[in-house]
Amino acid sequence: MSSCHGDSPRAGLLPNPSIPLPRSAQERPIIVAIVGPPNSGKSTLFNRLTGLRQKVANFPGVTVEHRMGKAKLKHQGQEVFLVDLPGVYSLHPRAEDEQVTHDVLKGERADFPKPDAVILILDSTNLGRNLVLAAPILSLGMPTLVLLNMADDLAVRGGKVDVSALSAELNCPVALISAAKGTGIDRIQQFLLGTAAKLNAPPPKIELPVLQDIPKCRQWAANIGNRASYRAPAPPIWTRRLDAVFLHPVAGPVIFLAIVVAVFQSIFSWAQPAMDALQQGMLVSGQWLGHFLPDGPLRSLLIDGAWKGVGSVIVFLPQILLLFLFIGILEDSGYLARAALIADRTMAKFGLQGKSFIPLLSAYACAVPAIMATRVIENKRDRLATIMIAPLMTCSARLPVYTLLIAAFIPNVHIFGNLFSLPAAVMLGMYVLGFVAAVATARVLKSSILKSERSSFVLEMPPYRLPTLRSLGLRLLDRSKVFLRRAGTVILLVALVIWVFAHLPLENGKTPPLDHSYAAAVGKAVEPVIKPLGFNWKIGIGLITSLAAREVIVGTLGTIYGIEGDEPTQGLQRAVHQDLSTAGAIALLIFFAFAMQCFSTIAIVKRETGGWKWPIFQFSYMLALAYAGSWIAYHLASHFLA
Amino acid sequence: MLFRKRFWTRSRPTTPVRTLAELPTGQRCILDRLDLPLEIARRLMELGFLPGNEIVPAKQAPGGGPRVFRVDGSEVALRHDTAAKLYIRRNPESDLVVLS
Repeated sequence: MSSCHGDSPRAGLLPNPSIPLPRSAQERPIIVAIVGPPNSGKSTLFNRLTGLRQKVANFPGVTVEHRMGKAKLKHQGQEVFLVDLPGVYSLHPRAEDEQVTHDVLKGERADFPKPDAVILILDSTNLGRNLVLAAPILSLGMPTLVLLNMADDLAVRGGKVDVSALSAELNCPVALISAAKGTGIDRIQQFLLGTAAKLNAPPPKIELPVLQDIPKCRQWAANIGNRASYRAPAPPIWTRRLDAVFLHPVAGPVIFLAIVVAVFQSIFSWAQPAMDALQQGMLVSGQWLGHFLPDGPLRSLLIDGAWKGVGSVIVFLPQILLLFLFIGILEDSGYLARAALIADRTMAKFGLQGKSFIPLLSAYACAVPAIMATRVIENKRDRLATIMIAPLMTCSARLPVYTLLIAAFIPNVHIFGNLFSLPAAVMLGMYVLGFVAAVATARVLKSSILKSERSSFVLEMPPYRLPTLRSLGLRLLDRSKVFLRRAGTVILLVALVIWVFAHLPLENGKTPPLDHSYAAAVGKAVEPVIKPLGFNWKIGIGLITSLAAREVIVGTLGTIYGIEGDEPTQGLQRAVHQDLSTAGAIALLIFFAFAMQCFSTIAIVKRETGGWKWPIFQFSYMLALAYAGSWIAYHLASHFLA
Repeated sequence: MLFRKRFWTRSRPTTPVRTLAELPTGQRCILDRLDLPLEIARRLMELGFLPGNEIVPAKQAPGGGPRVFRVDGSEVALRHDTAAKLYIRRNPESDLVVLS
């Protein structure tokens, strides 16, 4: 099952698939761990050195798991593998992600060998505090390279540091770099090439403070900073100016709401031309391809089954990319941490904390990385509650389903003057519904089975940064690949299976009418259960296939109506509109808002909670919520629309 | 010493500011002690909330949310109830810092 997120969390499901297990100590490749405080640029450096695409963003706690990759060295020699680790402030873990770093560095992970050397990456714009981490890392006694990242920022803001003096103080190589711009990378290459020779050398001698005594450690760091004539840079002026606006008592929340509304309006209006073009393209190319095939079952299978099924999902690519573009800008700019701050008070009312807000926001893209991201929450019960509600947030897989139903049933009229269109408002309403259901569930969980003391909220604010086109472009590229891969695998397979089921059993050597096919038999078997919700058996088939992933229902309906449709130009929207009542459509929207139709999410919840208990509980309560919600919606809507 | 202390108290009719939570925005102070469980106190100290360190309260989230504190070269947000457990020094030295 392909999951609906980038590559990084998938690597978690199968730890380090690219690494051949070492057969003997001699053959083992050298492993170098990248360690540093949160948001110091570890993953950016890792990506630069390995050419991989680990997720990076501008807030602390993006990386929550170790990830290994082969370093691309300029000279051939011993193989070197790099491990990207979650950020830590010390080697005293408080949250799950910090535990990972601790265990890997100490060699206490069963599935992972102890690293041979360490790259310690520190934020050079705040060396005073960042240097504290050097004490526990150097005490590990491994060959260490200290990198002072964000050198460009340091220089611009008028800070400086004597690298050779610092190197003498720490008794290990030190280099100023910019991982984002790629300056100073040569020094790292040298270190990696030289690591093999140094492995058996005695650990460097250096006097370290008692690690338990934080004031002593801080004093030690300050002394070393002074002797390396470190001058801290001027405060980031733009960050303070922007915070004055974004955290303003009145302007702050207004801007927050304006951003949200703008996102939804643009997802609808900007993506429409591209979606229309794609739809037309799929239609024309389908007809064109059809000319090359002889009339018969093969042509029907490929064009009506595969092409229409897959095409009906691919049409939604522009919308999903637009959503990811907005999420990317919010994450890379540093606004996300401010949003968590603004939301903390509201979250506290529901028994959660602001830190739960960041995973919940990323659940708008996909629940799988969101559930991974809950590792930054220190309180176990808070974390569990956040995992339980994350799939209620409106993930991008729901977008095609919502768009299809809304476009088919909601008239495109403007409300509030020309500011907002009714479909966009309904879409926004669906997102709000998901969020309200999530926090209400959190409230119930936190006041019953997951009751705990009010936890503390400590969040470091990252400085604002301008998102780079390269980073945004890579996000969109990766996203397109994931989306198209899914369309070409799961959705294609389901479309083919549905086509076959819709054409069997043969009656007198001919394909049966759709009503008499196996597909109809399956659909009609579940029809009694879903009839009270206003769904017919075709929707029933869609609901069954959407258990794999939500957007599969669109592909399934595309195939079913593609077989049935006499007019080749008949759009999926029109077909759905003729086949479903408006009340049934509203009920279907509600069903998709609440039900946990996603294999990948169930798998990740099982892994993160360590058993079947919580995923089963979650699946059941969400199904119950979905059924009850759509039953009520159907009956209310039938009553009022009649 | 005793006299000075009494005088100081009398000159301010309102109760003196004792914790970070009560400080107005921009008012520098020196942290004195953290009255919190070891776990959280440790994390806060790692972030720079060390006794003797200078702290400047900055923007507060709208509607009485967490406040951002400038400490040790970075900005860290804390909830009101956590900030209310961080006691500040009241000696004349800290007042001198305010004036500078």
